[in-house]
Amino acid sequence: MDWDALRISAVLALSTALLLSVPGIALARWLAYTRNPWRNLIEALLTVPLILPPTVLGFYLLSVLGNGAPLGAWYQALFGAPLAFSFTGLLVASLIFNLPFTVMPMQRAFGAIAPELLDAARTCGLSRWRTLWRIELPLAWPGLLTALIMTAAHTLGEFGVVLMVGGNIPGETRTIAIAIYDRVQAFDLDSAANMSALLLVISLAALMAVSWLGGRRHHERGLL
Amino acid sequence: MLEVALKQAAPIPLDAAFQCAAGELLALVGPSGAGKSTILRAIAGLSRVADARVCVGGERWQDSAQGAWLAPSARPVGMVFQSYALFPHLSVQDNVAEAVHRLPREERRARVDKALAMVGLTGLEQRRPAQLSGGQMQRVALARALVREPRVLLLDEPFAAVDQMTRERLYEELALLRAGLNIPVVLVTHSLHEAHLLADRMVVLAAGASLQQGTPGEVLSRPATREVARLVGFNNLYESTVLAADPGHGLLLVSWGDSEIALPPRRTALLGDRIAWGIGAGDVVVVKAARATGEPQAVSLSLERAAALGDSVHLTLRASRGERLRAVVTKRFFERAGLETGGPVTVELPRDRIVVF
Repeated sequence: MDWDALRISAVLALSTALLLSVPGIALARWLAYTRNPWRNLIEALLTVPLILPPTVLGFYLLSVLGNGAPLGAWYQALFGAPLAFSFTGLLVASLIFNLPFTVMPMQRAFGAIAPELLDAARTCGLSRWRTLWRIELPLAWPGLLTALIMTAAHTLGEFGVVLMVGGNIPGETRTIAIAIYDRVQAFDLDSAANMSALLLVISLAALMAVSWLGGRRHHERGLL
Repeated sequence: MLEVALKQAAPIPLDAAFQCAAGELLALVGPSGAGKSTILRAIAGLSRVADARVCVGGERWQDSAQGAWLAPSARPVGMVFQSYALFPHLSVQDNVAEAVHRLPREERRARVDKALAMVGLTGLEQRRPAQLSGGQMQRVALARALVREPRVLLLDEPFAAVDQMTRERLYEELALLRAGLNIPVVLVTHSLHEAHLLADRMVVLAAGASLQQGTPGEVLSRPATREVARLVGFNNLYESTVLAADPGHGLLLVSWGDSEIALPPRRTALLGDRIAWGIGAGDVVVVKAARATGEPQAVSLSLERAAALGDSVHLTLRASRGERLRAVVTKRFFERAGLETGGPVTVELPRDRIVVF
């Protein structure tokens, strides 16, 4: 068992989910309610990471984060270290490729709130913030939590993008998924088996939590 | 006093203007898609109408000409939605309390208790909406609308989602409740029956336009146009040729079937004109099976169909040239008079009940 890799994966997964929670809610809510004509384009752009091969996405991210690109150069100038092949670079990439996993379930959660409830909130004199806090979040929370769990679980298992952007630097960018690959390459099948079993258990637990939250959703709406 | 004037071409065409005094219940009546709910939503500020003026007690909530706009959350309205729109995750008490969340805790509590007592829901404070019956949900919605002490009460088809028994009881409760409210109440309904029972005045709407306003009695018995007549279920509508017209002597005679019918005189009618007129089914006087009455407005017809509906019988009568006339009689009269399908019937069309368009 590569504990360092497990730690990096866990930190990456949790940071991604936490950092995406607030912008994810804002974007999902906007997409759920807006009639803006640009909505379809923005939705399509958001969904791209879902269907693009991870290596292709990783390649583009590498182009953007590398020292030759403005973002990479700016980061290098500011912090004196490259963004690509660093944990920070990995995190930036993780935030981008996880956007659809966060935003789509959240958008569904907000979209499932009956529009009359929001109208009722307005005619009851609730401000936007109070409506969000008292009506929308309590009704949407199972969907929002589902989104964050899916994001974290997906981050743990991501391989292609991580390898392209982060490489395989022990203690820095070697995640558990990379470590499994690394162990198989070294014919250390026992370690690979242990780590694979751990990822399987975590994935199953995440899916069970999501399924339980699906039930809560009905409960919150007073249907059960 | 609520004053509303709305005009727009799209997305939903609107051309409606009406007023509603404090303490008055005004019904907006019309078929689905007539724009009733849009008008109500515009008053609450939930829909933005291109050219709109909404004033309450001299206060402008919206005035497109001046660019005035008050956000819906700042408008002191109480609104009851068709689906009630109760917050499903909050208790009855919290649903109502949310509408007065700006008040200090003690005062809020007192106001919520009072509102719930007013609609007879004391004891159900801790229930969730899913644990309530349709009638109870409607009452929570009403309490939530009234707890703010709104300046206008808006009711969007509030009786559409409850069963008939509950509906009759809720009618009574609303009638009692509104006696204590000194604010304009606007009720959206597609039911003429509801408007007739509850409203002081009604506005008939079609395709977003207000066609006629008046007391339900006036509108239902004296529709101003053929369109209104059709909308309010005025089912005997005809077009006849003028046989004699002398407005000076109050004479306007038209042919109908084999008979001559005297209509209320109209200044513009000329000999030979085609003129539209009608009479409500309830205003037709059924005299008896065949009887030569000698009355000027008596017409002999044959009974084509008789449908018993509760205590009344709805008759479809046929004149010799195929014109149909609908009339309503009591079941008792129907049996006593010996009316039979295919048999003769004599009716009178009282001139003062006839409407000329």
